[in-house]
Amino acid sequence: MGGYSASELIDIFSMQAFAGISLFSVFVLMALGLAIIFGQMGVINMAHGEFLTIGAYSTVMMSKLAEHFPAITNVYFIFAVIAAFIISFIVGYLVELIIIRHLYKRPLDTLLATWGLSLIMQQFFRSAFGPREVSAVLPDWLMGSWSLRDGLDIPINGIFVLGLTIVLSGLVFIFLFRSRWGLKVRATTQNRIMAGAVGIDTAKVDRTTFALGCGIAGVAGAAFTTIASTGPTSGSLYIVDTFLVVVFGGAGSLLGTFASAFSIAQAQSILGFFLSGSMAKVITLVGVVGILMLRPEGLFTVRVRK
Amino acid sequence: MNAVMGKWLGGREGFLGLIILAVLIMVIMPLAFDIFRLNLIGKYLTYAFVAVGLVMCWGYGGILSLGQGMFFGLGGYCMAMFLKLEASDPISTKIQSTPGIPDFMDWNQITELPWFWVPFHSLTLTIIAVILVPGVFAYIIGAAMFKRRVSGVYFSIITQAVASILTILIVGQQGYTGGINGMTDLRTLLGWDIRSDSAKYILYYANAVLLFGCILFARAIIASKLGKLMLAMRDREDRVRFSGYDVSSFQIFIFCISAMISAIGGAMFTLQVGFMSPSFVGIVPSIEMVIFAAVGGRMSLIGAVYGTLLVNFGKSYFSESFPTLWLVFMGALFIGVVMGFPNGLAGIYVSYIKPRFFGDKRGVPTMPVTSEEAVAVETKSINSTESLGHHNASV
Repeated sequence: MGGYSASELIDIFSMQAFAGISLFSVFVLMALGLAIIFGQMGVINMAHGEFLTIGAYSTVMMSKLAEHFPAITNVYFIFAVIAAFIISFIVGYLVELIIIRHLYKRPLDTLLATWGLSLIMQQFFRSAFGPREVSAVLPDWLMGSWSLRDGLDIPINGIFVLGLTIVLSGLVFIFLFRSRWGLKVRATTQNRIMAGAVGIDTAKVDRTTFALGCGIAGVAGAAFTTIASTGPTSGSLYIVDTFLVVVFGGAGSLLGTFASAFSIAQAQSILGFFLSGSMAKVITLVGVVGILMLRPEGLFTVRVRK
Repeated sequence: MNAVMGKWLGGREGFLGLIILAVLIMVIMPLAFDIFRLNLIGKYLTYAFVAVGLVMCWGYGGILSLGQGMFFGLGGYCMAMFLKLEASDPISTKIQSTPGIPDFMDWNQITELPWFWVPFHSLTLTIIAVILVPGVFAYIIGAAMFKRRVSGVYFSIITQAVASILTILIVGQQGYTGGINGMTDLRTLLGWDIRSDSAKYILYYANAVLLFGCILFARAIIASKLGKLMLAMRDREDRVRFSGYDVSSFQIFIFCISAMISAIGGAMFTLQVGFMSPSFVGIVPSIEMVIFAAVGGRMSLIGAVYGTLLVNFGKSYFSESFPTLWLVFMGALFIGVVMGFPNGLAGIYVSYIKPRFFGDKRGVPTMPVTSEEAVAVETKSINSTESLGHHNASV
């Protein structure tokens, strides 16, 4: 790190840390849905990235629509987030109904089937929206950056995405741990047969849980459009990283998902300044895999009686 | 003789299946196709090595590795390094600023051959490396995972992550590996031009012989006591552990074997196709190779070869005729096979073709799909005189 003065180093670290926060937000938003689907239900959804893409494309479509109505240009994004959630929720619901439902007892096979699904969805995006990347027109209040002082700029869209992440995480937490519905979900995960015996419709719980996880991925997609443009394979780029985030955090633990998303995103972002981007990623991933070898259950473990 | 038939060849039926496949690959295909198409089939058959390895570790061992492309790639890269060094002798590279090193190193301002390239001057060491490098790599991954009792889904995700790490590393370290383009322009093996038609025929047959060698080797393992243990581990890992077996050692062993088989395929790929690139290492090719095994039937070694050929023929046909539909077709194949035919082609053969044409109405169980079915099959096999392992080996 020679050649940098102390204050420059602080600036670099803060800038990279904020860049890392955008990555952290995407990780958390994607991992939240996955933590529910994989952590709670044990289904490996390789098409999870495509649900992010669905959300991103619906946001882009909404922004195209908003161009015709200048009055709502500034607020359309809120509707876009809701639309992204609803569309992904519905698609997720159908996918559960048609495919996942039959494969709960074969987790490795859900992996293959959903991989197939992701190929089909990617081709669908390519045919429907073209192979080129598209981006949403952002409202003015999302653009630009705060200049705290010279050499230290914080992008507003990053802060917005972070805010969205925190709000959504709070909602998911309340849903899972403080609501009647969450109680049913947790009961079903811990002991399906007993949950059924006390009158919980486990099939229905599974379906809504899966759809909700997909809906959250859709919101992640909406957030994604504020920091990058959208292509047919945008979502699949993050899928392996996201699985690592969930596994590293400890499946089933929301706090763990947060901690691991934060550490992976920050490590990647800060290392990325000093090394090449690819080496930063390699070192981060090797570190994660190395720690997982020492601690296979992840950072935070939830004790569940098996 | 009977013992050999039973153990190595999988009984009369297994022997017949092997003969039919051998005739198809060694006689019918070379007669039916010109050398260009045959070379293409040779390329597909190198993927079949990976599929055979996957049948062993996934179908029988219950270990789904989503990083088999790593081992295929490592084997291929080892071979490519030897060929590349031979192609970049000082005379033919005299226009470079440092003659005698591969061209991509010269482009990346590397002036000296890196230490790990030096052993690849020798063909013997290269052949050892083709087997050993992926084997040791698989051992490290396997030992780290299985000793900590990581298995199932977690193992799949971690192998996937390792595959993506390796790809990023190969692409990023352009000066040492040739980067995204891989190692191209491979011409001769010990002065023998591998691009000539006669060489292509010889390599095709060498590849086919090696493939059958691997299938027989895998059969021998599956038919042995170890094979029965593998099945037991797949269905009831904890019971095997309670019986006093060291489950992790067996898992590591089978994972290493399947890695080495894949690596042989990779080396043969480099020889037949003349290049090696990171596009055969990453997650996408690794998962595609799983579908080859799944289409053929995850419990059938011969099926794996048919599955590989079928999917690849489909791939080249569809991507030539309907380029946009190819991915949809592939995706539908994944979903259809997993949901409708979990035992693949071999399963279709056992449950539909065999009873009709050979009058065998027993309806042999091929693979218990869920744990409940596993229990059902368990009880059935206790009642029947033949063991489950034998049924499977005979498919």
